[in-house]
Amino acid sequence: MSYNNELYQQVILDHNRKPRNFHAIEGAKHSCDGHNPLCGDELTVYLNLTPDQVIADISFTGSGCAISKASASLMTTSLKGKTLTEAREIFESFQKMIKGEAEGEETESLGKLVILKGVREYSSRIKCAILAWHTMICALDEKTEATTE
Amino acid sequence: MPKPVDTITTGNSLDMDKVRSEFPMLSKVIRGKKLIYLDNAATTQKPWRVIHRAIQFETDEYATVRRGSYRLGEEATESYENVRSEIAKFIGAGSPEEIVFTSGATQAINLVAHSYGRKVVGEGDEIIISHMEHHANIIPWKLLCDEKGATLKVIPVNDKGELLLDEYKKLLSYKTKIVAVTHVSNALGTVNPVEKIVALAKEVGAVTLVDGAQSCAHMRVNMFNLGCDFFVFSGHKMYAPSGVGVLFGKSELLDVMPPYVTGGEMIKTVTFDKITFADPPHRFEAGTPPVSQVIGLGAAIGYLNDTGLSRIERHEKQLLNYAISTLKKIQGLRIIGDAENRAGVVSFTLDAVHPHDVVTILSEEGIAVRGGHHCAQPIMRRFGVPATVRASVGVYNTFEDIDALADGLKKAIRVFA
Ligand SMILES: Cc1ncc(COP(=O)(O)O)c(C=O)c1O
Repeated sequence: MSYNNELYQQVILDHNRKPRNFHAIEGAKHSCDGHNPLCGDELTVYLNLTPDQVIADISFTGSGCAISKASASLMTTSLKGKTLTEAREIFESFQKMIKGEAEGEETESLGKLVILKGVREYSSRIKCAILAWHTMICALDEKTEATTE
Repeated sequence: MPKPVDTITTGNSLDMDKVRSEFPMLSKVIRGKKLIYLDNAATTQKPWRVIHRAIQFETDEYATVRRGSYRLGEEATESYENVRSEIAKFIGAGSPEEIVFTSGATQAINLVAHSYGRKVVGEGDEIIISHMEHHANIIPWKLLCDEKGATLKVIPVNDKGELLLDEYKKLLSYKTKIVAVTHVSNALGTVNPVEKIVALAKEVGAVTLVDGAQSCAHMRVNMFNLGCDFFVFSGHKMYAPSGVGVLFGKSELLDVMPPYVTGGEMIKTVTFDKITFADPPHRFEAGTPPVSQVIGLGAAIGYLNDTGLSRIERHEKQLLNYAISTLKKIQGLRIIGDAENRAGVVSFTLDAVHPHDVVTILSEEGIAVRGGHHCAQPIMRRFGVPATVRASVGVYNTFEDIDALADGLKKAIRVFA
């Protein structure tokens, strides 16, 4: 059925139903557990880097709402093969976009992540969309735990 | 502003049009959808007479209380103290001196834990709570236990979400100093047999606190019948303004309790060498109280008395039964908690849709329900769910509201199919 809602677009529903890279990476060099105390969403992000600091592999596991799951899934597909610097830049732009602070051209670099733009209209859901990203950054920073609080 | 409606009842049942016309928020339209408010366990909407009374007080009668001896201050004090008397009557307390105004149920529990708890709980002692408590009735006790080297014991629940009284009996001993349980669970709707729990606690000499945050706007409560030593509730969950709540405490306990928050208006005399404290309840009301909110609470008590708690209870029971039978027909919907004795709260999950997505989709339909752990993480964990959707009814809800909820849920399922 068609549903005219900016938030629950088909791509998001699809990534929720069939999340990509949804598994643990055995012996991952980097990983971090993230949780959103507001809603109980919990996920873990796993990362491996090449010697020249390119994301060789990235995945996640956990449970959460469609927004947090789709955001995590889309994140893994868009960060694979990116350098650390690029990953951090994408994180910054993504964060700006869903907080509604991004200008037109800033979202261009985000590619298919733009599908999550609708989240900016739902202030209570921004944390759901950002959880995987904070967790990814925390894995890179070699911390062990991230929260959206 | 329209005038409050005088009679909202006919015989044994509520006249729903009249009830609803008392609540201005219920005519609110959000993005083209009429508000369907089903989050009454979180907070309730206010009737005109509460809004009116608070505005009238602020426009025509406002002064602070228990300070100035000018006429206005005296009259404000009289109105404020009258509310105390009304509350004492409303809950069947022995006297108005047993009613302490707080900022809410949370602060009332903290007051008891800090003042009474610190005084009587020592190393090796035990405090008993239940598995279905709100965090407000867990954390103050847990911290007190940690501070004193005491142990927190928890009454378990069965799969229906009912407390296991036999297990409770085994937990009780001469070491039990305090038993603190909720009257009605905000997460499951279970109504606990608090009279029995209190009576059993008394046998071992433990002091009891009943968290009435979810009960006193939905059923008649009576301190004499309950027999508890402390009872707490919040105004905003009973059609009154936020920022005010009540601690009921038996006089013999309040009398010997040290103050919790200290400052102005809770003393008899102060020198730099010696301070003598005021008698209860004022000993526990340091600082300028939320005067207008207390006045509003008084109007809400009047509203509940006039509407009749037995009518409200019957109405909400019908809504609950209808909600349960309607929701059970939805495929993939699992209701969490199935207690024999329960109030108008239904917690559930959908197989295909996460609670937060349900809440967002319902919200697009104008329906307000809560999704999350309801500040009761231990009971969520007990039922193996990180979060649920919770619909909770109040005096103004209708069968149509339940139908709208069911339609919204079916829509959510279709979106995620
Ligand atoms: C059972 C129960 N106890 C305590 C509280 C805390 O009430 P307040 O936040 O008004 O202090 C609540 C509110 O959700 C509740 O449901």
